[in-house]
Amino acid sequence: MRYLPKSDAERREMLNVCGVQRMEDLFASIPSELRLGRSLNLPPGLSEYEIAGYFKDRAADAAVGYACFLGAGSYLHYRPVMVDTIVSRGEFLTSYTPYQAEISQGTLTSIFEFQTMLCQLTGMDAANASMYDGSTSVPEAAMMASRITGRSHVVVSRAMHPEYRQVLATYAANQKLAIEEFGYDPETGASAPEDLARKLDSSTAAVIVQSPNFFGVVEDLNQYAELAHSKGALLIHIFTEAVSLGLLQPCAGTDIAAGELQSFAISPSFGGPYAGVIATRERYVRQLPGRLAGETKDSRGNRAYCLTLATREQHIRREKATSNICTNQALVALMATVFMAVYGKQGLRELAGQNLAKAHYLAGRVKRRFSGPFFNEFVVRTGARPPEEVNQALLDRKIIGGLPLGRFYPELGNSMLVCATEMSRREDMDILAEALAQ
Amino acid sequence: MIRKVSPHITQNEPLLFEVSSPGKRAYQLPALDVPAVDPAGVLGAANVRDEIPGFPEVSEVELVRHFSRLSTWNYSIDLGMYPLGSCTMKYNPRINERVAGFEGLAWAHPYQPEALSQGAMEIMARLEAALAEITGMDAVTLQPAAGAHGELTGILLVRAALTARGNPRKRILVPDSAHGTNPATSAMAGYVVESIKSNERGVIDLDVLSRAVTEDVAALMVTNPNTLGVFEENIARAAAILHEKGALMYMDGANMNALVGVARPGDFGVDVMHLNLHKTFSTPHGGGGPGSGPVAVKKEIEPFLPVPRLRAEAGQWRFDFARPQSIGRVRAFYGNFGVMVRALAYILAYGGDGLAKATMDAVLNANYVRARLEAHYDLPHDAPTLHECVFSDSRQAARGVKTGDIAKRLIDYGFHPYTVSFPLIVHGAMMIEPTESESKRELDLFIDALISIAAEVEENPEQVLTAPHSTRIGRVDEVAAARKPVLRWHP
Repeated sequence: MRYLPKSDAERREMLNVCGVQRMEDLFASIPSELRLGRSLNLPPGLSEYEIAGYFKDRAADAAVGYACFLGAGSYLHYRPVMVDTIVSRGEFLTSYTPYQAEISQGTLTSIFEFQTMLCQLTGMDAANASMYDGSTSVPEAAMMASRITGRSHVVVSRAMHPEYRQVLATYAANQKLAIEEFGYDPETGASAPEDLARKLDSSTAAVIVQSPNFFGVVEDLNQYAELAHSKGALLIHIFTEAVSLGLLQPCAGTDIAAGELQSFAISPSFGGPYAGVIATRERYVRQLPGRLAGETKDSRGNRAYCLTLATREQHIRREKATSNICTNQALVALMATVFMAVYGKQGLRELAGQNLAKAHYLAGRVKRRFSGPFFNEFVVRTGARPPEEVNQALLDRKIIGGLPLGRFYPELGNSMLVCATEMSRREDMDILAEALAQ
Repeated sequence: MIRKVSPHITQNEPLLFEVSSPGKRAYQLPALDVPAVDPAGVLGAANVRDEIPGFPEVSEVELVRHFSRLSTWNYSIDLGMYPLGSCTMKYNPRINERVAGFEGLAWAHPYQPEALSQGAMEIMARLEAALAEITGMDAVTLQPAAGAHGELTGILLVRAALTARGNPRKRILVPDSAHGTNPATSAMAGYVVESIKSNERGVIDLDVLSRAVTEDVAALMVTNPNTLGVFEENIARAAAILHEKGALMYMDGANMNALVGVARPGDFGVDVMHLNLHKTFSTPHGGGGPGSGPVAVKKEIEPFLPVPRLRAEAGQWRFDFARPQSIGRVRAFYGNFGVMVRALAYILAYGGDGLAKATMDAVLNANYVRARLEAHYDLPHDAPTLHECVFSDSRQAARGVKTGDIAKRLIDYGFHPYTVSFPLIVHGAMMIEPTESESKRELDLFIDALISIAAEVEENPEQVLTAPHSTRIGRVDEVAAARKPVLRWHP
């Protein structure tokens, strides 16, 4: 087998050193009745050429050549060539978690840069080195708020991504966290502060609001911060479309900002791997879950980086850790780091501006469901026709339309969520608008 | 004598923020084909930020150099052996990277129509089936994003299954040799953790287990082979003890590299387990992730698996959301699909018999290391080992040199350290897992390095205590980093 670097002669030599005759003897400690005693029922090994062929066929049984207007937590942004160039370097791709700082400064330095840029983007003091994805960062942020406040009631906007809310529910079920939802305004599509005010009380640990929310509407986070703080609760700002951070003013009242970085040059890849992140204020740093890189010095006085505040983590604190997370999404976070560096201060703003322009062009040609301000996503009414029917017709024109919302919001059965990015071409948007206008 | 490495020049490089200057750029956007929009006009002036203070401004060529220079400061599997016990740092085949990048897979949107996602769904289904065959379990979910996430999913499944039987119970038993994620996971799933003591051979003591298993115990979380690399020979009896009291057996699959093609957890009484595709199935660690932590279960537990489930219907793959007993979602979408692609490519490359051969080579390598090092380092547990072996620093500690010092000295010899001070049941542990990816030559260099270090400890312990000497930076002050955390750059 081509991945096994030994000749049979070497194997025999090594068996001799081990004092055994045959490979099977090395497994004598496994009781024979527990051994498989047959070959695995899997086909024989394939050549590289055959493997490429198999996946090429699978990749052809896919949506290649379509213009796609789906967003909803996974966005189609251009992936600069630099990203693949860097992350395919074996020194990044095939390295382990940087526990051994002296031979991991490459990874550690890039994590420090990642953390810094996330702080700059969110207006926070500290960001962790990544979470699995945006959805899992929500319960982790909620548990963090619960530890900080000593409270266990969490109020979350119904305008947060429905799958994120489902993940929160799964985690919360056994965390003694009581999750309550508050509604959205049927006119604007923004979360409804009056409803939040009714559900907040002195047992509330956190208010969770996504902005731009699932409907694409930019939320007025300040009013949620004021409401939350008036009861001693924290405000958790969740984001799924990180490019929006290039344009939107971070809210000074946010206590924890958490979300998904897929928009930063991470290919949609049928839902993963992506990278989540949690950022917070300095006073809450010791309650952060996940890895953190920090600056220090080496024995010769040089600047150096290492993983730090490990007493929060499972390998030190075991059942008292802030989270059980170990493996995170390091290489994906590096993609985001390279992306942020490529676009930089001017570029991210310009990119966000292009997204805004494309989405507003498209929105101007269709019937929007909500009136609230939006970034690059919005909800469209499909009128008398079900959105599935509109989408089916669009497929013939090589267009994948928006996400029908009835599956998540029964009251929005005649609506779809549409996204336009810098990748959306005007002619495709015109076809989509025309189909939606019929 | 250091044979594997020679010193070479590396480039110094400041942080991105320190090489930035206003007006530099590495991007160019196409001209807009629609009218520009005034952000303040459509979003409200208060919602629009001025600029991102401190954000980098760097040119393309400087960026390539920046990240390339940083990369040269890393050790990696491509440079040599990673003897990290319990981490299974094996070779990452490059064809796997290539196929995961194919446009129809890498650019598949998770909400695109199922009819246009059949290729991706077939990959998932085929991987599920292969992992079920390898583990001897009945059903697999690919949704968890990493090992610890798989553990959480698995323990939530335990809770759901026991709740369906009438009582979720209160406690999870965790052997004292377990990974830290096991107790952390149990706590996150709302269980009280009870540590159980291993016997003098480092394996589960059936008497201790029998006494610990009451009507209150939900499950035992067992790692098999355990963190000493020893197969739990009484695993089937342990399962019987648990099952008799209505408890379940959870297996942490971190050490599955010792068993693939040789023995199957489903055949020795495991009810729920997770795998680490980034360990056993070769997907790259990437400096800490991404991983993927599929969970495999027996039939009784299948109804509780996370939604959605893959289902074949009239020759088409569908996602089935109508699963009333499901624990719900543990992650948005379907899991780390790109990692699944790589793992399936690995399985296809080896085939059934090839996977068993890899297991044998992995175990041969560990036993070879053990046989050659036994004369030089203390081996506190002499039970036969499979894929990894654990020495202790007790002989060297007598000269004031600890496992962490020996590990740092290994760096000078051109190797990544072994796992230091774990498992906790071995004082001064040196935990070594070579995997099947190491040639005899690389293993010999590694073993010779450790033998040479043992001699240095006798002759010149200072040399070891102050290591590493040949790296671009000296030993890093981790205590200072934690005392006054600096977690971001400031101008």
